[in-house]
Amino acid sequence: MVDGALAITPGRGGIFGRSSDAIWRNPKMFLFLLLLPPLLWLGVVYIGSLLALLVQSFFSIDEFTGLVKREFTLKTYRELLHPANLDIIVRTVSTAVVVTLSAAVVAFPIAYYAARYARGRWKAVFYLGIMLPLWSSYLVKIYAWKLILAKEGILNWLFAQLHLTWLLDAVLAIPIIGGNSLSVSYLGTCIVFLYVWLPFMILPLQASLERVPVNLLEASSDLGAEPVKTFRYVILPLAMPGLIAGSIFTFSLTLGDYIIPQIIGSSRLFIGQAVYAHQGTAGNIPLAAAFTVVPIVVMGFYLWMAKRQGAFDAL
Amino acid sequence: MRNLKRSCLISALSAAMTGQVFAADMVTELGKAEGQVSIVAWPGYIERGETMENFDWVTKFEQATGCSVQVKTANTSDEMVALMNEGGFDLVTASGDASLRLIAGKRVQPVNIDLIPSWDTVDDRLKDAPWHTVDGVHYGTPYMWGPNVLMYNTEAFKEPPTSWSVVFEETTLGDGKSNKGRVQAYDGPIHVADAANYLMHHQPELGIKSPYELNDDQYKAALDLLRQQRKLVSRYWHDAFIQMDDFKNEGVVASGSWPFQVNLLAGEKFPIASTIPVEGATGWADTTMMHVDSENPNCAYLWMEHTLSSNLQSDLSVWFGANPSVPAACTDGRGMQTAEGCTTNGMDDFKKIKFWQTPVSKCASQEQCVPYYRWVSDYIGVIGGR
Repeated sequence: MVDGALAITPGRGGIFGRSSDAIWRNPKMFLFLLLLPPLLWLGVVYIGSLLALLVQSFFSIDEFTGLVKREFTLKTYRELLHPANLDIIVRTVSTAVVVTLSAAVVAFPIAYYAARYARGRWKAVFYLGIMLPLWSSYLVKIYAWKLILAKEGILNWLFAQLHLTWLLDAVLAIPIIGGNSLSVSYLGTCIVFLYVWLPFMILPLQASLERVPVNLLEASSDLGAEPVKTFRYVILPLAMPGLIAGSIFTFSLTLGDYIIPQIIGSSRLFIGQAVYAHQGTAGNIPLAAAFTVVPIVVMGFYLWMAKRQGAFDAL
Repeated sequence: MRNLKRSCLISALSAAMTGQVFAADMVTELGKAEGQVSIVAWPGYIERGETMENFDWVTKFEQATGCSVQVKTANTSDEMVALMNEGGFDLVTASGDASLRLIAGKRVQPVNIDLIPSWDTVDDRLKDAPWHTVDGVHYGTPYMWGPNVLMYNTEAFKEPPTSWSVVFEETTLGDGKSNKGRVQAYDGPIHVADAANYLMHHQPELGIKSPYELNDDQYKAALDLLRQQRKLVSRYWHDAFIQMDDFKNEGVVASGSWPFQVNLLAGEKFPIASTIPVEGATGWADTTMMHVDSENPNCAYLWMEHTLSSNLQSDLSVWFGANPSVPAACTDGRGMQTAEGCTTNGMDDFKKIKFWQTPVSKCASQEQCVPYYRWVSDYIGVIGGR
């Protein structure tokens, strides 16, 4: 009994000693203290500001004075369904879909090469090549693209040198996606979106392709599957989580961007620009808030679908 | 403008306090300088030689008065109003669509022009301008003003265009090609006023008295005109430098614009010129106004005097492509501006300009007008093709 009593050492004195003892005795307390700052950040600053925004969307603007009425109403959401506003939503979401699909198509061969064939120094060059555009300023890249796509820009010059101006004109004559020149058409907007967000598609895709075991591909071929079948039934399903993870990036980034469509395109608004216009110049904060709810809802659906497809299993 | 003045009168009278009561709170004599003054200003409005060495109108003031100048830039009129509502600033360079809101909201105080020796040198056309003078009480000193001109490429236009129709209606230009896809318009709801200004001249039966005060029918006609314009415009402009790039690389040959872009493009030897067509034009006029709770009134008064008497008016008008509020600044060599420069910037076109103001429901010339927030949402629709 005496020995047992000695095993419990007396508590150390001083505020640090005592608090250290208390923390050691209560592991849960320790965990709580560790998590408190990030939880406060996430809860108050992050979620809190989001909620403040959501609340705004249930207010409305007084048509007579232009002041915000702080009463619960769904009027602002009804306004969101006006054809002009619906246009903005459809335009933004469909651009995001097109950009995501084309990013997947362009990124797949690049990621596949990097995962399967690039070795040693080439792998480093590959990583550098993918990451390099991310290091330079976003605005500089977009202004550069504006010059490249301009009517008197380098791309038009190139087409002229190759005597292919007719081809470019034919493409630009297509209704909706075409326009007076590449830099004022949806086609141009999509090209720039694709360029800017492509690394975000390649990197997760490559990570998932590296995890596809080579012996499965060999087994598939041993069992008589042509390459197309192997791709369809082995590689693609196994690469799906990476593809979906990448598409979350490209999709949500396109959904939220308001700078690219402002510089390249036909001046038709995207969701981000509409938010900016309504809260910045019009003082119509409820409608701006309602507009920001749209990407949140769309992304919510998207993530739910992605989860069902198993995109987060690898996390 | 007279309508605007009347509307201010009404709002001032309907408020509990009248101008006279305000006037009693006015500063009557200047004391010792406090050592600092903080100003809310448009970007590029208050330069101390940091952007370009030659453009400095702060350093000398600081040396002479001992008031150090702190600048907070704001990009929109709404931002300015918000900052002034928040408080903590002494002065603001408010445009016509913000100044009246500030006066109505009692965020600015009357200015005693007897304490500003250079007041007499101010342009007579601006001394009692309705965007800063309510009920005979001055709420600030005029700062700068400028027109929204029609900028055009001199290679596409053999003769200067005489009407805004080149940006509103499909026509064949001097070089034999259509204007479709080669004109631009301002990417802001206030552009509805430009359309209304055009209709004022071409469809008098609509009865538009001010392009900022439109009833439902007039407003609808303006939107229809803008929808027609949408077919001609490939891209709308809001950033001065993107517009200049579009004139250089995108084949754009005509657009509403500011003298700022015209001067810069002309400086690059680009074939460019500007004009104010027969319909007249919209424009902006800014005023230095003083916060109602200004903590540094003496330095604020010294700064207002400085804005009128120093090289500021002259050099800023060169820097910004705007017009000085003191006509002498064009000619007396206090800065870099010259008489020709002022003429280029539109100094002689004051009468042709309808200065920006915020459209409100309760307007002076009609029973009920379409308020600004509807301009915003409908202009978005027009650009979107609705």
